[in-house]
Amino acid sequence: MIKRLVGCLFLLALALPASAAFDVGQLMTDLAKNKGGKARFTEKKFISLLDKPVVSSGEMSYTAPDRLEKRTLVPKVETLLLDKDMLSIEREKQKFSINLANQPEALAFVDSIRGTLSGNRAALEKNYALHLSGNADKWVLTLLPSDQKISALVLRITVSGSRGLVRSIEYLQADGDRSVLNMEPIASK
Amino acid sequence: MNAAGRAFLIWLLAMLAGAVVVWNSHFSADMSFFLPGKPSPTQQVLVDQLKEGVVSRLLMVAIEGGDAAQRAAISRQLHGRLEKLPEFVAVENGQAGSLDADRDFLFRHRYLLSPAIKPERFTVDGLRDSIANSVDLLASPAGMLIKPLLPRDPTGEMIELLSGLNAGAQPNVSEGVWASRDGERALLLIQSAALGSDTDAQERAIATIRNQFAESRQDAGVSDARIEISGPGVFAVKSRETIKSEVSKLSAISMLAIVAVLFFVYRSARLLSLGLLPVVSGALAGVVAVSLVYGTVFGITVGFGAALIGEAVDYSIYYFVQSGRLGAAEWRARFWPTIRLGVLTSVCGFAALLFSGFPGLAQLGLYSLSGVLTAALVTRFTLPALAGNDHPIRDLAHLAPPLKRAIGILQGLRWLIILLTVAAATLLVVNRHQLWHPNLSALSTVSAEDSAADAALRADIGAPDSRYMAVITAADREAALQAAERAGQKLDTLVAEGVIGGYDSPARFLPSQATQAIRRASLPAVDELAARLQLAQADSPLAANKLGAFLDEIALARAQGNISRQTLDGTSLALAVDSLLLQRPDGWSVLLPLRPPGGEKGVDIDIEPVRAALAGSGALLIDMKVEFDRLYNDYLDEATLLSLAGFVAIVALLAVTLRSARRLGAVLLPLLLAVILIVAGVHLAGEKLHLMHLIGMLLIVAVGSNYALFFDRAGKEQRLDAPTLASMAIANLTTAIGFGTLALSSVPVLHAVGITVGPGAVLALLLSACFSGKDGD
Repeated sequence: MIKRLVGCLFLLALALPASAAFDVGQLMTDLAKNKGGKARFTEKKFISLLDKPVVSSGEMSYTAPDRLEKRTLVPKVETLLLDKDMLSIEREKQKFSINLANQPEALAFVDSIRGTLSGNRAALEKNYALHLSGNADKWVLTLLPSDQKISALVLRITVSGSRGLVRSIEYLQADGDRSVLNMEPIASK
Repeated sequence: MNAAGRAFLIWLLAMLAGAVVVWNSHFSADMSFFLPGKPSPTQQVLVDQLKEGVVSRLLMVAIEGGDAAQRAAISRQLHGRLEKLPEFVAVENGQAGSLDADRDFLFRHRYLLSPAIKPERFTVDGLRDSIANSVDLLASPAGMLIKPLLPRDPTGEMIELLSGLNAGAQPNVSEGVWASRDGERALLLIQSAALGSDTDAQERAIATIRNQFAESRQDAGVSDARIEISGPGVFAVKSRETIKSEVSKLSAISMLAIVAVLFFVYRSARLLSLGLLPVVSGALAGVVAVSLVYGTVFGITVGFGAALIGEAVDYSIYYFVQSGRLGAAEWRARFWPTIRLGVLTSVCGFAALLFSGFPGLAQLGLYSLSGVLTAALVTRFTLPALAGNDHPIRDLAHLAPPLKRAIGILQGLRWLIILLTVAAATLLVVNRHQLWHPNLSALSTVSAEDSAADAALRADIGAPDSRYMAVITAADREAALQAAERAGQKLDTLVAEGVIGGYDSPARFLPSQATQAIRRASLPAVDELAARLQLAQADSPLAANKLGAFLDEIALARAQGNISRQTLDGTSLALAVDSLLLQRPDGWSVLLPLRPPGGEKGVDIDIEPVRAALAGSGALLIDMKVEFDRLYNDYLDEATLLSLAGFVAIVALLAVTLRSARRLGAVLLPLLLAVILIVAGVHLAGEKLHLMHLIGMLLIVAVGSNYALFFDRAGKEQRLDAPTLASMAIANLTTAIGFGTLALSSVPVLHAVGITVGPGAVLALLLSACFSGKDGD
């Protein structure tokens, strides 16, 4: 029974690329399969005010569908934890907690990451128009804010990756500054 | 004019004068009933906070019904409407934009407000470090928030300011306004302009909120939306309602029942009205005395009238029933001394309360004392003249045989009763640790449901409860603020150590003039600053030439005037400062509310390190909960002492009058047995004892002694005639009705006295009968 079921799935997997082009639905399915993991990250912020980009690095971990932890180690230790709608930031001895329900714009911003990681198409399309290019092994998903309030902050979000893994996220802000977040998975156990 | 006319005229004039006093009296049903009359400095803080503190003026509002968007719409509507009204100094519902004025104030004055402003901050090294820190912060997720400010505030003073302000838990937000944790209610926090102690104004403010809510609901088109309001003001208004309605209800019940009894006995409207004369006089005299001595008459005191009616009517019963065949003169000779002694023992009991530091208790004492005394005097001097010798009373002789039989049966039960009392006493000794209610809430009129609803709303909204507070007093505002700054430095250390979670201080938004001057003097001249910036930023990604705006800001800050209280107008910070910096008749005081560390360290502050840190700073550290408990314990200790003193006075009075140890013992024994049995009964009924039960015990002795004395008199005369016996039974019944009515009250002060003295009076009579007569009769 189980063998036959696995066989069916295998056939289905073979059949799909042939029958349909790689589309947003397919990508979302791939992403949704990823139930979490750890990654090393490097983030570069290009800010017009500064002569050099600001670089930070550390570790990220994600647990589907709505827990994301970003632990920056360089230049300063700082932990960002997103758990459902609670965003908390711990830096030195200070700890801030923000309920994102408070800030619809910030929530839309956070949903761009969360929606991508969890493959939640509905959440993404609520605030963004989605454009996909490339193939399943190397794809680029572009998010263009549909809401004026969000586009006042961020013009474009570009997410790239392969299969169910997100490799980088680039934010282009309304003032022309941008940041690039690169992620390298750490094999778990 | 005949004697009766004269007596009536004098009585009428006195009554009229009394009525004038009562008409002009100020009645109050607020919590001053419970607050200490002569507070210690610590208690004074407690009293001030309760009467006029910010916490006493907070009203918490929850909107239920409809969906989240509809509730948010009503919340915004209500916010907009209430904000315009002068009755409310602050209306918060978490909507965006409401804190813009505060943020602008903080940003404009950041160089006078930030504790980080010192000369070292603007040296080459200081600038390099603080700007590098800000650049690092750009890398953080919070970076997006500070980036727009960076050119104007590269040293990060705004962040410095805001991080000190972490106001603790913010309420949840749904649809852009505050909501409960389950998301089912929209929340608002409102501060009334009126003082918490001004119950009338609180009542008006609450009514205004309700009316504005009804209109907001209509505008939003959500007909099923409901409003719930809680807070000290609501409790005050509700308590007053309760007390008001109970005072009239209890007095009416007591009066009706007693009139019914009297009518059954007298069967004469004339005798009935004459019989009530001393009662009405006593009740009026009680209010007059309290009004003249204390200025304000508490509602609860008037509620005690129900009991007074039952006690005061006894004297006219004795007179009418006992003097029936004897005539007034003979009655005076034979019975008056016994009644007089009874009045005096009652007066001893009530007089003991006069010395209480608990204002409510002292008032109850004075009210009852003047009431009983007046009723007795009117009975003795006015009633005989008015009634004349013509008061044919129905023959009550038929009551005597069954009563005598009952006494006979009771006397057979002596050993059983003694055994029962020993058992009751044993029970009380064994359970002595579970007998007492531990705190002042025992006396509170607030119902358990209201109190739970309030706690739930408070938790959702994160409203301050101000349990811990450091208080500093100083001669003037500047000295007060400087002292607050010194204490603040010590508290900063405690925050860093995690002993406390944080604290509020008026100096945070209104630093002392001295501190502002020092901070301004720390700001370098613009040319000098530009030169230092060049050196500091040589290797930084943030080049000095991009910080022109910073130079302008510093130039502006150097030229700007000091922050005064007026500068804060139009921000919610003005309110924060006003509530923490108070002008008093004899100077200024500063309140520094302390927040517990939170998290796994819980909601309690370890008070000793705080006390040690603040030692020598002149700050008085107050834990409101401990103070309340201490206040209650003081009251309880005092009530114990006063009860004992009252008891000793009664014993002394009886000893001097009776001049016989045997007779004294015979009078006291049934009273003490009654007290023990009643207390055990109340305990077994599941009631926790509090100080009013204790007062009830004293009153059992004070009131019950009247009956014991009649048996003593009968013992001396070797006979107990039918009228005496009947009058005692009837008088006892009315007393039991009077006090017993109080037991129906939901006001704990009245209930406790009723539940002890009502049954206690009956038991005192029964036990006096039981132990009367010759031993072994």
